[in-house]
Amino acid sequence: MLLVVGVGVAALTLVPLGYVLWTTAELGADEARDFLWRPRIGELLWNTVRLLVAGVAASAVLGVVGAWVVERTDVPGRGWWHGLLCAPLAVPAFVNGYGWVSTTHAVQSFPGAVMVVTLSYYPLVYLPTVAALRRLDPAVEEVATSLGRGGWSVFARVTLPAVSPAVLGGALLVGLHLLAEYGALQLLNYPTLTTAILQQYATVFNGPEATLLALVLVSFCLLLLGLELLLRGHRRRSRVGSGSSGDPVRIRLGRMRLPVLAGLTGLALWALGVPLAALVRWLLRGTSAAVDLGELSGAVVTTLGLAVSGGVTATALAVPVVWLAVRNRGLVTTAVERSVYTASAMPGIVIALALVTVSIRLVPSLYQTVVVLLVGYTILFLPRAVVSVRSTFELVPPGLEEVARNLGCTGPGVARRVTLPLVLPGLTAATALVSLAVATELTATLLLAPLGTDTLATRFWSDASSIAYGAAAPYGLALIVLSIPSTWLLGRLSIRSAS
Amino acid sequence: MTLTRPALGLAALALALPVLTACGEDEPKLIIYNAQHEQLLEQIAPAFEEETGIDVELRHGKDLELSNQLVQEGDASDADVFLTENSPAMSQVEQAGLFERLPDDVLEVIPAQYRPRSGLWTGFVARSTVLVYNTDLVEESELPDSILELAEPEWAGRISFSPTGADFQAIVAAILHLEGEEATRAWLEGIEENGTVYDGNNVVLESVDAGESEVGIVYHYYWERDRVEGGDLSDDSAQYYFADQDPGAFLSVSGAGILESSDMKDEAREFLEFLVGEEGQQILADSYALEYPLNPAVQLEKGVKPFSELQPPVVNVSDLDSEAVVDLMTEVGFL
Repeated sequence: MLLVVGVGVAALTLVPLGYVLWTTAELGADEARDFLWRPRIGELLWNTVRLLVAGVAASAVLGVVGAWVVERTDVPGRGWWHGLLCAPLAVPAFVNGYGWVSTTHAVQSFPGAVMVVTLSYYPLVYLPTVAALRRLDPAVEEVATSLGRGGWSVFARVTLPAVSPAVLGGALLVGLHLLAEYGALQLLNYPTLTTAILQQYATVFNGPEATLLALVLVSFCLLLLGLELLLRGHRRRSRVGSGSSGDPVRIRLGRMRLPVLAGLTGLALWALGVPLAALVRWLLRGTSAAVDLGELSGAVVTTLGLAVSGGVTATALAVPVVWLAVRNRGLVTTAVERSVYTASAMPGIVIALALVTVSIRLVPSLYQTVVVLLVGYTILFLPRAVVSVRSTFELVPPGLEEVARNLGCTGPGVARRVTLPLVLPGLTAATALVSLAVATELTATLLLAPLGTDTLATRFWSDASSIAYGAAAPYGLALIVLSIPSTWLLGRLSIRSAS
Repeated sequence: MTLTRPALGLAALALALPVLTACGEDEPKLIIYNAQHEQLLEQIAPAFEEETGIDVELRHGKDLELSNQLVQEGDASDADVFLTENSPAMSQVEQAGLFERLPDDVLEVIPAQYRPRSGLWTGFVARSTVLVYNTDLVEESELPDSILELAEPEWAGRISFSPTGADFQAIVAAILHLEGEEATRAWLEGIEENGTVYDGNNVVLESVDAGESEVGIVYHYYWERDRVEGGDLSDDSAQYYFADQDPGAFLSVSGAGILESSDMKDEAREFLEFLVGEEGQQILADSYALEYPLNPAVQLEKGVKPFSELQPPVVNVSDLDSEAVVDLMTEVGFL
C-alpha cells in the first residue's frame, strides 16, 4: 500500500522529466546537436557550473562557520545571532537581488551573483547544521578533547564528520536552488541555463530548444544527486534515547570576540540590511507606491492560503516516500526517493508548461484549477519536505517501534504513540519550509495560477519588471513579513534539542 | 505543547479554505490573457465592467509566454481575448489559426498600417523605439542618424540593449523587413561586438542612467514612466528619437484579438469595441502606461513627444517575420 502511494508520488514528480524527454525527442538528433554545440551554450554552461561550485562552497562555509560560532563558542547574544542568521530565508532571492541591484551595479558580475545567491541560500546549510550540532551528544566531543585533541582538531575530526549529513543535505538543496534560480539571476544580469530556458520560452516560439536546455539542466541535477548519495554513505546514525544533550563546552573566543562579532554584524547587514533598506527607500520615493490596500490584502490572503495548502500537501506526500527510503531501503525505494529530487532542479516554468500540457490533454477538467497549481508546488518543493522529514525519521531507531509492537501496540497505535511524537518536529519543519517556498514562488505561479489569482510574488515581479519599483516595494515587504513566522518556526525547531 | 502545533495547522487550513473555494464562482466572466503592462489594464477593465456590466478576469503574462500557452491550449483554451505588447506574439496565435475575424466596425477605427491585412486582430496602442543616452557621457549631437550605425566600431563598448525580450525582437523584425537578411545579420553581429547585453529594458535604462553604458536601445515609455515615478533612473539621461523613417524610428504595435474558441464572443467584441473606441483609448492615454493610442481621435499628452511628430518607417505588422528573427539571433548567439 505504502509502496503504491510512494510510487504514485514518484510518478507524479517524473511528469516534467517525461515532458522534457518527450518534447526533445520530437527534435531530430542533428537539430539538437546544432543547437547545443554553440559558443552561447558553452558560455551558459560555464556560467552555471562556476556559479554552482562557488555558490555551494560559499554557502557551506558560511553556514557551517555560522552554526559553529552560534553553537560551540561563547559569542555573546547567541539567541539573537541565531535568529539573524536564519532571517535571510525570509527574504526571497529575487527581492534580495532587487535590493542589491537597485543599490549598486557592482553586483551585476560573477562575484556579485555568487555573493547575492550565497546571502540568500546559506541558511539552507546553516539550519540543518545548527540542528545537527544541537543534537550531537557533546560527550563525544568531550571525549575527543580529553584524549588530547585541540579545538580545531576536534572540530575537523569529530564534529564535522558527525554533522556532515546535515551539511551535505543543505548543500544539495543550495545546489538545486542555484540550478533553478531565475528571478535573482535575471536581475543580476547573470545568464545561466535556467535564465536561458526562460528566455527561450519568452522569446522563441518553438519550445523544443528550451526543453533541450532543460534536459541539460536535469543532467546537472542528477549528477548532483549522485554526488550527494556517494558522499553520504551508509553509516548508521540512529541512537537510543535523547542522550545528554546538555550544554557543550564552549570555546572561549577571547581576543577573537570582536572580529567574530564584526563578521556576524557584517553578514546580517549584507543579507538583511541592504535589501530592507532598498525596499524602504523605494517605498518612500516612488510615486507609484500609493498602496492599494484592497489588492495588497487580497494578494496576502491568496498567498497565505496557497502556502499552507502547498505545505500540508507536500509534507503529507513526503511521509510515504521517506518511510520507504528509510525503512525498506532497496533499489525501488531509493529510486522513488531520488526521483522526487529530480524534478526540483527543473525550473518552475518547465514544470508549469509540462503540467499545462498534460492537464489539458489528459484531465482538462483540472486545468485552471488550484489543484494543478498545488501539484506544481508539490513537485517543486517535495524535496524540501523529504529532506527535513527524512532527517528526523533517520533518528527514530526501528527498535523502538518493534518494542512497542512486542508490548501489544497495533500498527496505527505504534504510528500514533511512538513514531508520530518522534517525527512531529520534522513534519512541522517540512510544512514550514514548503509553505515558505510556496509563498515566494514566482514562475510556476504565473502560469498555473487560476485566472485572477495574484500572489505577492507575482505582483512584486510584475511591478518590478515594469520598472514601477515604488509600486513593487509594499509587496516585497509583505512577502518578507509573511515569511517571518515560518522562518522563525524553522529557527526554533533547529535549536530545540531532539526529544 | 504537542497539542498546539496540530491546532495551528488546522487553523491555517481553515484559513486556506475560503481561498480555495472562492475559485468556484459560477458568474461567467470575460477572460483576457493579458501580456500588456498591468497598469495599462488597471483602469480600462473596471471602466468597461461599469459601462457594460460584463465582468472581466485578467490573466497576466509575457507576450510569448501567453501566446505559447494559447497554442498549447488550442481549442480547449478558456481565453476569450488576447492582448500583447508587441505584434509577433499576435502573429504566432494568428498562424496557429486560433483567432476569430474582427468585425469591420472595430477594424475601421484603427489605421490600416497598425493591423494585419487578415483582419484577425488589431493594434490598439503603440510604442516608439528610442535611444536613451547618458547626458553626462554623450552629447545629443554625437548620436547617430540611424540605428544601423550603432554596429560600427566607434560605438564599441558604449551601447546596451535587451536582446532576449519581445520588445527588441520586434525591432529586429522591423530591421529585417526594411533592410534584408544580410544587413540585419551584419548589424546584429556588430552590436553583439559593441554592446552590453541586459535582461529587460528597465535594466538597460538603469545602466544608461548610472553611466554603465552610454546609450541604450529601448521603447519610449520606460524613460517617461520613470520620470513620473520620481526620476531615479532618468535623472542623468534623455531620450533621442530617430527620424526620417529610419528603422530605429520603428513603432511597435500592441495587439488585441478574439479567440475562435471563445464562448463569449459577443462580450469579447464589446470589449474590443471599447478598447479601440474613443472612451477606452482616452482612458489608455490618461493612464500610467504612456503608450500611444492608435485611434486618431485620441492623443497622448503628459509631456511625451506627440504621435504626429514621430517619423516611423512604414511597416505592416503582417510583414514582421519573427521566426526568421529568432533564427538570426540564435545564429549570432543572442539566444
